[in-house]
Amino acid sequence: MAADVGLTAVRARNLVRRFGDRDVLAGVDLDIAPGEFVALLGRSGSGKSTLLRALAGLDYDVAGSGELRVPQEVSVAFQDSRLLPWARVLDNVLLGVTGSDARDRGRRALAEVGLSGRERAWPTELSGGEQQRVALARCLVREPVLLLADEPFGALDALTRIRMHDLLRELCARHQPAVLLVTHDVDEAVELADRIVVLEEGRIGLDVRVDLPEPRSHRDPLFQSHRDRLLAALGITEGVSS
Amino acid sequence: MTHTLSPPTEAAPVPELRATPRRRRLGPGTPVPYGRLIGPALILAVWSAASATGWLDPRVLSAPWTVIDTGITLTQNGKLPESVLASLQRAGLGFLFGAVVGTALALAAGLSRVGESLIDGTVQVKRSIPSLGLIPLLILWLGIGEGFKIVVIAIGVAVVIYIQTHSSLTGIDKRYVELAEVVGLSRARFVRQVVFPGALPGFFVGLRLGVTGSWLFLIVLEQINATSGIGYLMFQAQNYGQSDVIVVGLLVYGLFGFLSDAGLRLVERRVLAWRRTLA
Repeated sequence: MAADVGLTAVRARNLVRRFGDRDVLAGVDLDIAPGEFVALLGRSGSGKSTLLRALAGLDYDVAGSGELRVPQEVSVAFQDSRLLPWARVLDNVLLGVTGSDARDRGRRALAEVGLSGRERAWPTELSGGEQQRVALARCLVREPVLLLADEPFGALDALTRIRMHDLLRELCARHQPAVLLVTHDVDEAVELADRIVVLEEGRIGLDVRVDLPEPRSHRDPLFQSHRDRLLAALGITEGVSS
Repeated sequence: MTHTLSPPTEAAPVPELRATPRRRRLGPGTPVPYGRLIGPALILAVWSAASATGWLDPRVLSAPWTVIDTGITLTQNGKLPESVLASLQRAGLGFLFGAVVGTALALAAGLSRVGESLIDGTVQVKRSIPSLGLIPLLILWLGIGEGFKIVVIAIGVAVVIYIQTHSSLTGIDKRYVELAEVVGLSRARFVRQVVFPGALPGFFVGLRLGVTGSWLFLIVLEQINATSGIGYLMFQAQNYGQSDVIVVGLLVYGLFGFLSDAGLRLVERRVLAWRRTLA
């Protein structure tokens, strides 16, 4: 199912990343098509974050080899919103953005995440969910071809997470970036992704396409079967035994 | 037998209810308005009473009203304003030079590896020598004029400001560095938008410690060898047994220390407005 070589947003071949004498990534092959939403699952310590950091170019002091091609315009959403506490919301969104229309673009991005009117607020005045929305606006304003998200909703409460899922889906539909979402939440992956890959012992183990009717529902039996299959791949079998 | 578990034959004992017992409060309780002024007011009252009854010998400590009288007299005959001006000039110049040098060194050491190698170790060595310990050497080099006093104050202030500023420049959260890399900030923008604002709180701690330090050095210097200033005024009063003048001098020192710190705190609140939101 790999897209045409010329038409990939991400192309990784035999990617190896080594910490000490342990190969955290032991030859990862991964293609992501433009506009494709890929969720990356894996047990903790399976190298999910290492792979994401490699794609983000943040692993300059890590030993490794392999071929890796990513677009120029990459945005990263971290698990924490990572807003500079001394910069107002709009200035946080515009960090590193230049151009005469930058402030207008920043305002539009904030409007898209539903935070119009909060441009002058300090990050600490916002709730956790609002802070993460500012972080999303900061990603969007760069018009990324590739959006890398490292468990961006991990620190949010369940209700806020549901709203953020809707928002992310909506934004991705509108802006069409390729997305790599690192998560440990199987439901989140099945709900959002076009394709789910599971990292096992430093390689891509399972690679499944999620073709579910929209809007996706947890009650859909197909949803359940995807879920069970992924949980099994992650080494969890759910209690039907008793 | 139909039941393996028999229902309880007796109802569970009904606990005896009583009015909610008041818990013993372990915290110190509600604060008394202006409570902090009570202690000083009490001391003032005891001091006044002891002076009024003649129990306190004026040679040991003059009565509060004598101190106020003396303060007024010294202001009117120009002695106090003249001394205050001399002291303020020393402390102010020393603080200014110290702050400039300390900040410049901290920036050089905090932002480049070359600067760090040359400066940081040197300042850390200097740090273990108390600035007042340099006095004999500095007198040898500079004599005992104004220049010498200003240099001693400046050295002390510079070291304090250097240490605070440098540690906050190098202690920038690694997560923010990563963010700056991800959004592709240039080095100049990284320093301006991430490093400087992040180091500002530490810089202000340095300034406040520095300003307090400048008064401390001033007092010591003015009592060693000076022909003007508050310390000189107090030193003379000591020779003539004028405890009222000494108390006036102490009050002026206290007032300066308090006002300069309050002023800096005000600037800090303005500049670090984002911090007010962290309760």
